[in-house]
Amino acid sequence: MADSQTAPLEPITAADGTPLKKKLAQALFRSRVRAVSLVVPLFAFVMASFVIPIIALMWQGVYNDRFSSHMPNLTEQLTMWDGLTEPNEKMFEALVADLKTARADRTIGRAATRVNQESPGTRSLFTSTARKAKKLKPPFKESVIKANKKWGNIEVWQAMKITSQDLTPGFYATALDGRYTVDQGFVRQDENRQIYVKLFWRTMLISATVMGLCLLLGYPVAYLLATLPLRTSNLLMIMVLLPFWTSLLVRTTAWIAILQSQGVINDLMVFVGITADDARFSLIYNMTGTIIAMTHILLPFMILPLYSVMKTIPPSYMRAARSLGATPTMAFIKVYMPQTIPGIGAGGLLVFILAIGYYITPALVGGQDGQLISNMIAYHMQKSLNWSLAAALGGILLAGVLVLYWAYDKVIGIDNMKLG
Amino acid sequence: MAKLPPYTSTGEYIWHYVYRGICGLIFLFLILPIIVVLPLSFNVEPYFSFTKGMLNFNPEAYSLRWYEDILRNGMSAPDEPFGWAWLADTWNNGQWIRAIRNSFFIGICATLLSTALGTLAAIGLSRSEMPYRRLVMSILISPMIVPLIITAAGMFYFYSQVHLSQTYLGVIMAHAVLGTPFVIITVTATLVGFDKSLVRASQSLGAGALITFRKVQMPLIIPGVISGGLFAFITSFDEVVAVLFLASPEQRTIPRQMWSGIREQISPTILAVATLLVLLSIILLTVLELLRRRSERLRGITSS
Repeated sequence: MADSQTAPLEPITAADGTPLKKKLAQALFRSRVRAVSLVVPLFAFVMASFVIPIIALMWQGVYNDRFSSHMPNLTEQLTMWDGLTEPNEKMFEALVADLKTARADRTIGRAATRVNQESPGTRSLFTSTARKAKKLKPPFKESVIKANKKWGNIEVWQAMKITSQDLTPGFYATALDGRYTVDQGFVRQDENRQIYVKLFWRTMLISATVMGLCLLLGYPVAYLLATLPLRTSNLLMIMVLLPFWTSLLVRTTAWIAILQSQGVINDLMVFVGITADDARFSLIYNMTGTIIAMTHILLPFMILPLYSVMKTIPPSYMRAARSLGATPTMAFIKVYMPQTIPGIGAGGLLVFILAIGYYITPALVGGQDGQLISNMIAYHMQKSLNWSLAAALGGILLAGVLVLYWAYDKVIGIDNMKLG
Repeated sequence: MAKLPPYTSTGEYIWHYVYRGICGLIFLFLILPIIVVLPLSFNVEPYFSFTKGMLNFNPEAYSLRWYEDILRNGMSAPDEPFGWAWLADTWNNGQWIRAIRNSFFIGICATLLSTALGTLAAIGLSRSEMPYRRLVMSILISPMIVPLIITAAGMFYFYSQVHLSQTYLGVIMAHAVLGTPFVIITVTATLVGFDKSLVRASQSLGAGALITFRKVQMPLIIPGVISGGLFAFITSFDEVVAVLFLASPEQRTIPRQMWSGIREQISPTILAVATLLVLLSIILLTVLELLRRRSERLRGITSS
């Protein structure tokens, strides 16, 4: 009796005398630290070599100090200017001073390129005036306009005011076929200069087509693999896994060999007599080529999730439906298909996510009208060197992909992703 | 499906074979590129298409010249007699040989890095005590999801500021990051079926954490680790976008060499290389299948 009275007062203790509750908390804390310390090395590595580089690039999409760092005096004057009144003498004086130093440092090209991005055709204006800058005498306003009368246009100054702001929405505006102006805010680009929105739509359209084709081709195959005896289906599975494991460039090369005008398909068509020798189909270096090659490359990503879902559906369900009087079509649509929806969702989202950012295949077999948004990003990174615009285009693409990724995680869960 | 039940109607009977025919065509679509590449790589002519002689199975229409070209291309003296000097020449100067060497070097380094880091992280992530598990996991998997062009552009921009672009280290780091999601996914999948009481049993028998890991945990998850490593290797081996942005001509890999081959001087040498790569993927696939069987056997799952 005495024991049961004292027990509630004294907490249960571990062997070394500390209360059990505290001991448990300590043990849990230790195991948590252990788990975290296992993950930390990879997390740090991924952050340093992947996440931070992408953030750094994305920052370029809204921040560009090319102009202000090379033309400091003019930037100061432009900040004070309201952007609507006639440019004053002080601004011209600052312009000449900056052109002189920029010419001496050989940085004039960079500042000029930056303004050229905002108002095409102004690059030569800068470089030619910079050459004459030394000889220009005050009053600067007259002598500069005399050197090149384009300096009298207020549009040039407005473009400079826009570019002198380091933090700018201008690149995102350009990426959405708009323009950011001093006086009107955002305006739409002229009709014949609107390319990016159209390209985004085309990327979506091609990705959706590829997804649809993958589903159309992948569903019957996955069903066959799931219903055949394991021994046979394992053999057939090789036909799915071998392309999956074969190099992307090998498969793209092969499609060039098959689809080109002197290729296997066209030769066969001519041989059978479907088409004349001088009227061969153009199946590659256009949108058709992109869609065929991408469907082939992404098909395994559709088949594998579908297969793993179909594998878990007991065949007795279909038999039960049949015995209850359903026709085969009815049983398939009402009983089997609804159970495969998780697989359709997983495969479809995965294919769409991968297709929307595709670069290699469109670049090699896409020709003119088979290009996707990725190819435009690569163009601005490597050829036109307008990194900020590339970052803005990439930012929009990345946002779209991350939304889809989030949806994938919510619906299917990334832990359930399976390979092979 | 092997044998149709007796209540099958004629319509179903026909559909059954039509359906199999459709599936056969889809399988043909899947395997066609690989089948086409093999014979074309033995073409005597410098074209990408079948010649009359090839279709008539004329032995003179077939040759190994493009396989020889893999060795010869870029050599300083390709017509010297075969010998040690010739071999040294192709080893040092052969364009494709250099690409093959680079691919293996970069691939193996990236695989070791991503397998080591990825396996540790997967073990940590599979513990229920791990805080913010889902968020961390989705960040670590994201290199697989983010479009390669954005990854490559970001790395190009950032790495050139820290002097990592155009170096082997830069390319290896890029490939290691791209490979880790595969390691995490495969190792996590193996750990799902892992019986935790085995660890407790080992600990209660007096083994320390390190010995438990080495003697109990590792042998059971090793198939997952190896197949994750293979995935990481093939990812690096096949990767071209990051190489396009980050590598100098010195670090050209096989896909990079094929890329410029397709864009600039189209020659069947690419097809010969492609055939060799198909062989490599067959080998990798076989290894993977053997590993899967071993893993199932170890865990006591028998396949019927």
